[in-house]
Amino acid sequence: MDELRKDSRHSKLGGHDDHSEYAVEMIEITKRFPGVLANDRVTLRIKKGEIHAIVGENGAGKSTLMNQLYGLYHPDSGEIRIFGQKKVFTGPRDAIKAGIGMVHQHFMLVNTLTVAENVVLGNEPVKGVNFDLRKARQEVKELSEKYGLYVDVDAKIEDIPVGMQQRVEIIKTLYRGANIIILDEPTAVLTPQEVEELFEIMRNLQKSGKTILFISHKLNEVMEISDRITVMRGGRVTAELITKETNEREIARAMVGRDVVLKLDKAPHTPKEIVFEVKDLWVKDNRHLDAVKGVSFQVRKGEIVGIAGVAGNGQTELVEAITGLRKAEKGQVLFEGIDVTNKHPRVLREMGMTHIAEDRLKHALIRQFPAYYNVILGRHYKRPFANGAFLNHQEIKRYTAELMEEFDVRPRIIEHLGGNFSGGNQQKLVVGREIKAGPKFMVVAQPTRGLDVGAIEFIHRQILRMREQDVGILLISMELEEIFSLSDRILVMYEGQIMGEVRPEETTVEEVGLMMAGKRLEEIRGGKR
Amino acid sequence: MRVLTAILSIFVNPQFYKIALTAATPLIFASLGGVFSEITGVVNIALEGIILMGAFTSVVFTYLTGNVWFGVLMAIVSGILLALLHAWGSIKWAGNQVVLGTAIILLSQGLTGFLMEPIFGQPGQTDFVGKVDEITIPGLVDIPFLGQVIGEISPFVYIAFGCVAFGWWLIYKTKLGLRMRSVGENPEAADTLGVNVYAIRYFGVIMSGVFASLAGAYLSVGEIGQFKELMSGGRGFIGLAAMIIGKWNPVGAMLASLFFGLFGAFSNQLQSLQEITVAANVKSLFDTIPFVLTIIVVAGFVGKSRPPAADGVPYEKSE
Amino acid sequence: MKKPEMKKLLESIAVPVLAVLIALLISGFIILAIGKNPIKAYGVLLHGAFGSKQAIIDTLIKTTPLILTGLAVGFGFRAGVFNIGAEGQMAMGALMAATFASNFGGLPPAVAIPLTMLIGMGAGAGWAAIAGFLKAKTGAHEVVTTIMLNWITTYVASFMVTGPLATGSGTPKSPEIAQSAQLPILMRVGAMELSAGILISIAAAVFMYVFLNKTTTGYEIKAVGFNPYAAEYGGISVAKNVVLAMAISGALAGLAGVTELMGVHHRFLGELSGGKGFDGISIALIGQNNPIGIIFAALLIGALRTGSNEMQFMGVSKYIVIIVQGIVIFLVAADRIVKAIYARKKVKA
Repeated sequence: MDELRKDSRHSKLGGHDDHSEYAVEMIEITKRFPGVLANDRVTLRIKKGEIHAIVGENGAGKSTLMNQLYGLYHPDSGEIRIFGQKKVFTGPRDAIKAGIGMVHQHFMLVNTLTVAENVVLGNEPVKGVNFDLRKARQEVKELSEKYGLYVDVDAKIEDIPVGMQQRVEIIKTLYRGANIIILDEPTAVLTPQEVEELFEIMRNLQKSGKTILFISHKLNEVMEISDRITVMRGGRVTAELITKETNEREIARAMVGRDVVLKLDKAPHTPKEIVFEVKDLWVKDNRHLDAVKGVSFQVRKGEIVGIAGVAGNGQTELVEAITGLRKAEKGQVLFEGIDVTNKHPRVLREMGMTHIAEDRLKHALIRQFPAYYNVILGRHYKRPFANGAFLNHQEIKRYTAELMEEFDVRPRIIEHLGGNFSGGNQQKLVVGREIKAGPKFMVVAQPTRGLDVGAIEFIHRQILRMREQDVGILLISMELEEIFSLSDRILVMYEGQIMGEVRPEETTVEEVGLMMAGKRLEEIRGGKR
Repeated sequence: MRVLTAILSIFVNPQFYKIALTAATPLIFASLGGVFSEITGVVNIALEGIILMGAFTSVVFTYLTGNVWFGVLMAIVSGILLALLHAWGSIKWAGNQVVLGTAIILLSQGLTGFLMEPIFGQPGQTDFVGKVDEITIPGLVDIPFLGQVIGEISPFVYIAFGCVAFGWWLIYKTKLGLRMRSVGENPEAADTLGVNVYAIRYFGVIMSGVFASLAGAYLSVGEIGQFKELMSGGRGFIGLAAMIIGKWNPVGAMLASLFFGLFGAFSNQLQSLQEITVAANVKSLFDTIPFVLTIIVVAGFVGKSRPPAADGVPYEKSE
Repeated sequence: MKKPEMKKLLESIAVPVLAVLIALLISGFIILAIGKNPIKAYGVLLHGAFGSKQAIIDTLIKTTPLILTGLAVGFGFRAGVFNIGAEGQMAMGALMAATFASNFGGLPPAVAIPLTMLIGMGAGAGWAAIAGFLKAKTGAHEVVTTIMLNWITTYVASFMVTGPLATGSGTPKSPEIAQSAQLPILMRVGAMELSAGILISIAAAVFMYVFLNKTTTGYEIKAVGFNPYAAEYGGISVAKNVVLAMAISGALAGLAGVTELMGVHHRFLGELSGGKGFDGISIALIGQNNPIGIIFAALLIGALRTGSNEMQFMGVSKYIVIIVQGIVIFLVAADRIVKAIYARKKVKA
């Protein structure tokens, strides 16, 4: 605690008049949205040429703060200074002019345009009245070479891999003369090896005199790459730390306000017979390209099989195919030995499968329905919720109240519309529904995305409880920590194929990381000797 | 056998191709208008209404001033005004674009019907008020066969092709066009780069109003010199179908419009063949061909052509 | 009703009520622009709609099919489909029913009437299902396909009444349907006869309410309308429900046509549908897709239609009703405009 106070004092001391030490100062920034105080008198100071990490869990206010720095939001009160000069940004154009560039968590790229077109959009070189494509391509190529960011200038965004897309985003900022570059959760979509490549790029940029702000909730990365760290929680700054002088535990405590259990206790449990099997499955994506290429695996009752992998390697298509939402081109899906390939979701649910969907607002929840209608989705035509053709509202409402109590969904109002619950409560509603249906097999995709630590812990406990009740569980997640702490067996997916299967206690993050980057298990273990 | 040769003789008649061109002309305008609007992300069902209003306005002002080109100019003004209304509701107020378009069609039908009596003193249709004459292009008209198709034809046909060329150049060769395409695909990305999403969308919709009104002006003062109730006849929708087949590309839409024109001309020529001895009212069933065709085309092509990703979705800045 | 429920109800009718008032206001200016007195015009309108017993019956007669077309379009909206094709489905229902019902002379009314209704509803349902099927299978937008079907219906109907069904001289029309297939008259005032059609309309509204709110199929249709992805995920067949919704919507429109046939004209003629299918759009929107709201909205449009006949005598075209509807639809679709006005009025108050 004393260390934290010492650093806070340090950053307030030292020459208020000498602002040239700082590239960015955000002073007493307050920003309110309906119902939530996103930033509460936040003060942030970034030194010139440093790599500064901003850390906090989901909902701490990091993105809101950075969006104000980039001119997308306007602060309700407070001051922003860039290189000592006070600035008021009416929009991104002003921030760009002040030398700030931002790489968003969800890329801001136009899929049907090329790399060069995306980079110059909004600042296009012209020749008379026409758009000078030749000059655009040339300038992008020059930047690419200067900073070591390899891209294919003529390729359309929808055709290039995620790592290259990220480099395009960085070049976009450099094209506009950015000296301060904000990276918002840049490693969420990268393999551990690609993360190392990104860090190398960041160090190069730093050497060229750029200042970098790095938003993350991944403590190991923050420890590796940053010079200083600002921690936020509940809209406030709770710590300013010098990376060399701190550790993960301390950061985590400032993030969460209490000692965090970094790993849940998982009791050993013997799996029973096979409940679900996939054989040589092939699935195409929305662009008619193969996304899943011959995947096979089994799940037993009472075990959790985790599928790890960076987003975009076919996991979404795999889940959609086995839950009946997407056509499987080849292969088989078997439920308790019965072929259910390409059967409608109703058939699968009738047989005892439930699905906690990756995209809850798209798939799992109907925003405009009240909670009591959302809770019966999937079983709405069965007793006791319906008698023949008519719904039994009394029973539906009673059941909903019971579920909301059991899964601690707030507010405890059954008429509350699905879209009005917070993310965490929406997820608890969905988890409650899928669990209370009493399945034999559950597909659980990205169950804790965007949730705070309390909700994450709760949902993890529920999943482990199901395991103890001999439910077979297939877990798909991009959070390696989650995969490691919950799975009995881990499969790694890369470009539509399984690279290997390991047990969490018999492997390392490095090994799994290599598989996520495309190396097969036999290669990794065969090579190491 | 006689029927077969009669049908085949349609295709060697230059008149057939000329009719196809003139039938396609309003569709070329309408589909181009659809492209301009939807490329920036705004669905514009209102085209049908703007065409009707354009047809009416050009007749009104030709009647009042005796100058047919002034009538056309005022038609464009009416198209811009209706398009502005649609843009205002869709962009500023983020309304349901399909329903808004329907409202504009009704408004257009209502206003044109309502104003018939006060202005022309009679309902249903107007008398002949004036027409844009066909122009003869010296040299071109002497070329065998081709000369009879395009050598002596309404200037609107040339204007239509000119507009397509202009549209293609604007969308693919200028920076405005690059921004239009980005706004229709990913308005948020464009916004973060300082592109004014709202302004670009207004531009796209207003241009669609300009082109659709030209389609209407052609139907009235370009072809028959008078206005008849509901004379837009579904062409706004057929234009949208052409836009879909043309994959939201001005040249593609033009080709698709030509295709529809050919079909229309064919069913028209078929009806006047004496060799087909069927009752007159059965022949009138041939008039359903363009509509059946549109259904088939729209059903068959929708999956295969992909609209701009943000088409029809109002853009809301998160403040 | 409890206070918060009362408040919610008021808020939900604020938008359509304000939209209608604004539309009437703007239309008043348009009437002024052609040199007529809008206040006098609206006065004449009111008198024409409600000013005498005969007028009221006339209004009710006009309202009958409008309730049904409003229900048709409103039902479609609840399912997430925009059924502009109610016009063609109504005509098709009447046409098919007229074709068969002229031969029902030998049947007792208890059989002829339901049979005729079924034919009409079936024809409307089938015609709409084409668009529904195409939407479900290919994603073809129902607005384009149903409008195309409307145009096709016009030509087919014209062909039928000038050909196979042609009767007599003058306006093309079909033969009169059998006496036993005609609906009983409830009330007669002067030349106006109110048929039992009004009861059928109200029964249909009750049916829609029960169906949507109390049945599992209603739940499924609403789910598909709100979020087809989530519906599919929940085991609901989106394709089946889209086709079903269009079919039911078409059946309601077909019923509108057949009640006009059986209760008013007793034969098919060109003006049988006469824009009532399009009226259904504004009625559904004003009624907020709610059966009770739709009944009131239908009454409003019915009154406008009846009253506007009187307005013609002072030189204000009937088309003013279409203009009013266009403005109302615009304002309800861009309802934030009205909500902004409503919020400002609340602050002032």
